[in-house]
Amino acid sequence: MSDDQLLEVIERYLNGEMKPDERKKFELLRKENAEVDGKVVEHKLFISLLKQYGERVELESRLNAIHDEIDVHTLKENLMVHPLWIVQLWRNHHSKISVAASVAIFTVLSVLLFTGKMNNSDNSNIIELKNKVDRLDKSNTNLSRSINAIKSDKSGKSKPVIDKYSETGTGFAITADGLIATNYHVVVGANAVSVQNAQGDSYKAEVLYAEPQHDIAILKIVDKTFEGLDAVPYTFKRAESNIAEEISTYGYPEGYPTYSPGSLSSLVGQNGDSVHYKVTIPINPGNSGGPLWDSKGNIIGITDAKQSQAEGEHFAIKSRYLLNAIKNIPADSLSKKVILNKKNTLAGLSDAQKIEKTKSFVFMVKVYN
Amino acid sequence: MNKQLKDSTPTDSEVILGILNNSESALKKLYTAYFPMVLQLIINNSGDEDDAKDIYQEAIIVLYNKVKAGDFELSSKLKTYIYSICRRLWLKRLSQLNRYGGDIRDFQEFLPIEEEDVEQHSDRDIQFNKMESALRLLGEPCKTIMEDFYIHNKSMQDICERFGYTNADNAKTQKYKCLQRLKKLFFQQK
Repeated sequence: MSDDQLLEVIERYLNGEMKPDERKKFELLRKENAEVDGKVVEHKLFISLLKQYGERVELESRLNAIHDEIDVHTLKENLMVHPLWIVQLWRNHHSKISVAASVAIFTVLSVLLFTGKMNNSDNSNIIELKNKVDRLDKSNTNLSRSINAIKSDKSGKSKPVIDKYSETGTGFAITADGLIATNYHVVVGANAVSVQNAQGDSYKAEVLYAEPQHDIAILKIVDKTFEGLDAVPYTFKRAESNIAEEISTYGYPEGYPTYSPGSLSSLVGQNGDSVHYKVTIPINPGNSGGPLWDSKGNIIGITDAKQSQAEGEHFAIKSRYLLNAIKNIPADSLSKKVILNKKNTLAGLSDAQKIEKTKSFVFMVKVYN
Repeated sequence: MNKQLKDSTPTDSEVILGILNNSESALKKLYTAYFPMVLQLIINNSGDEDDAKDIYQEAIIVLYNKVKAGDFELSSKLKTYIYSICRRLWLKRLSQLNRYGGDIRDFQEFLPIEEEDVEQHSDRDIQFNKMESALRLLGEPCKTIMEDFYIHNKSMQDICERFGYTNADNAKTQKYKCLQRLKKLFFQQK
């Protein structure tokens, strides 16, 4: 029996088209022959699947016909939940909004960068020792100062000079011909600078050279009345000092000469900065730019700034940077080569004797702006 | 946010009797009554109107087959049942498309749908897809012979006339050849 014939028989059997005896025979064959039985089952399932498939196709086409009668577009318009206007705004314009936001962020960042607001915030902890002298308070003393100025005016011009400076710091002589070291922050932004010695004599000065990165400024006395100083009694130490060294400074906090002893507490400044020493010394606003001596009377640094959090803890710029700055002064701004004192005449003296010998080399720096 | 759907809604028993009696008008009433509800669900959950049509028709077919098979028990409103099926199907579709954000905006109450209903349906869909492609591969005239005889229940006489076979035996032989090939094509597919 070929496959086709078998199929025909199976179909007749399934459709109930067989005569009773033929049917019996076929059922017997099914029982005996598993292959035939399998084919019967398979055929039955397959034909039923084919029929169901036909029904499904028909049902789908009916549904599609119904669907085509529905006005989907209008329905959709009505059923769409319209989001809030702000969400719609975002959906429609989000690219533009993003660009605008980026530009705004960029602008804010660049403004912060250029105005210096992004600089290390530690600096905000430091109160610069620049003394903002209260104008009102100082105006009371202006009268006496102008009298001093008239007195010292050797050219005889008796025009009263009103001394109206706004800030003070300290500076100290590097050479006898009137080079003075101080902090850059003391003189930055000044219209005019003058220095006043221990006797109260004021001399006009100008900023010869500055290194803002190390907060160092070199002033030169340019006043005609200035006749030069005696030989500088102290020397400048290039090598690093020792920790716990006894140190002292002398300067003009609040406008009056003051001696302050202390000790060297660290060879590094804030956050491991190697430009500065950390010093424990009771200095005040106005000491900025003053000399920092070791016990032998060597200049080891420039008193620089005050930290606000720990009382008595301050910083000083190492003298090495001052020496470098002196070396860096352009030759054409100097009338002659800078020759630093090599002979220390302070060794072995008491503190009081040292100050007596050095006080005329330390100046109050007055800034007019 | 729910918009009131104002279509004339057939009663649930009207629909079920209609399906059992092959009533075209009942089917149409059913279809038009609940389509807007499903459209609303789909278009507000990252789908479009074509997705809504697919999902809705699938749900109607599930319901239709269940009713026809006689094992549909109406334990809730028909509306809720259809909505729940569509919701289930749509969630499945969304996750297949990787578009499911973990959140669906609902417009109706819904029931937890028995996995069985949907699974059975998708199993059968796979079989039907196989049958469709087997028929396509079979080509003419076999395809039409198969459809006419087994689906549309036409007699061998009609088929003879339609295809111009001179005797019924030839037609019969042709039919069995076609059927053998169709079975082969069907079972070859994975």
